[in-house]
Amino acid sequence: MKRSLIDILDLSVAELDELIATACDIIENPAKYAHVCAGKKLATLFFEPSTRTRLSFEAAMYELGGNVLGFAGAQSSSAAKGESVADTAKTVSCYADIIAMRHPKEGAALVAANNASIPVINAGDGGHCHPTQTLADLLTIYREKGGFHHLTIGLCGDLKFGRTVHSLIGAMSRYTGIRFVLISPSELRIPDYVKEDVLDKKGIPYEEVTDLEAAIPELDILYMTRVQRERFFNEEDYLRLKDSYILDLKKLTNAKNDLCVMHPLPRVNEISVAVDNDPRACYFKQVLNGKYMRMALILKLLKEAGTI
Amino acid sequence: MNIDSTVRTGIVIDHITAGRAMLLYELLGLENEQGAVAIIKNVQSRKMGKKDIIKVDTERKLNLDIIGYVDPGATVNVIRDGKLIEKKSISMPETLTDVIFCKNPRCITSVEQELSHVFRLTDKQNKVYRCLYCETQAKQ
Ligand SMILES: [Zn+2]
Repeated sequence: MKRSLIDILDLSVAELDELIATACDIIENPAKYAHVCAGKKLATLFFEPSTRTRLSFEAAMYELGGNVLGFAGAQSSSAAKGESVADTAKTVSCYADIIAMRHPKEGAALVAANNASIPVINAGDGGHCHPTQTLADLLTIYREKGGFHHLTIGLCGDLKFGRTVHSLIGAMSRYTGIRFVLISPSELRIPDYVKEDVLDKKGIPYEEVTDLEAAIPELDILYMTRVQRERFFNEEDYLRLKDSYILDLKKLTNAKNDLCVMHPLPRVNEISVAVDNDPRACYFKQVLNGKYMRMALILKLLKEAGTI
Repeated sequence: MNIDSTVRTGIVIDHITAGRAMLLYELLGLENEQGAVAIIKNVQSRKMGKKDIIKVDTERKLNLDIIGYVDPGATVNVIRDGKLIEKKSISMPETLTDVIFCKNPRCITSVEQELSHVFRLTDKQNKVYRCLYCETQAKQ
């Protein structure tokens, strides 16, 4: 049956385990998967540019032996001529076997999924969902920590607008022994609905703090995000706060030896380049893990649709 | 229909939370109704203190989902030839289509006019409805 992925929570814990197992098997035995999608086509419909996400999807499909077609940027697409997402989805269903779609409007991927006859993967719909980023995050946590239970997870930076942070909280709150430390300036604290609908509802312990350096020693995972200038009302607040949320080697002095530092990338300056050589830096592994999880996901959805 | 008369053929929406009748009037589209419509506000009620009542002379079926959304505690009496023939039970609908509209400017419904505005009941206890597409919460 045709199935799409719009939100990370569309996947059950068992399905996530299955995707993780597939991804790990791909890592171990890449040759076994090199031709499984031969003759199949992935359409990458990128209504707004996101080069790294698109390249990850394309690399994933090529490594499965499949082909890729698509467009990047609204100007080059049918949307520029006023075609609806629904019509684009129906049309592309005639050419391809699976769609990865990026769109600036929230809910666009669901509209595509409701109209396509092939599986649709949400590759980001505005500030709403970006489930394959969360898949990359989860595989990274799994490979670095050996599992998902009993972890203290620090989330740092822009927790108000950061969709990757909200998705990760949603996904990790399904495991036991999870504790969150929410590190942000007071202007960018996590929205109340995330606290009420997810954390409080499930009785997950969390604390909200403003001091990154003080919070670091107890963390198993530190997920960094960018604090953007345009999120602040005035320049002084931004300049006063920005350095407190930049991770450098000095702030890592009291961190655990097996801390896992993550970042959805692209980074601007919120992690100093000097940290890249520290064994605790996992953000480039995250990029690679993203490709493996996209491979596992494409396989799962094509299998469920009966295409392979 | 006089203000104190019963409806001959139509519907009486009773036990409306005081102050909600006008919202219900608006969402039910009663301004387009050809027959008589009476809105009675702030009626004394033993059970509720104060309540609103709407009486509509109409052959048309009203969308009960709208009543369930605005005021699940309301009761609906169907009247035919001056007699009560049915009491409808009202419950919060699981989905609402084109009853309320998503106001999130970043939502896909803001740029694609032909899309239906669909809201889902995501939290029954707190009566939370969210846009199917962007998950923005509907404000009552
Ligand atoms: Zn919406």
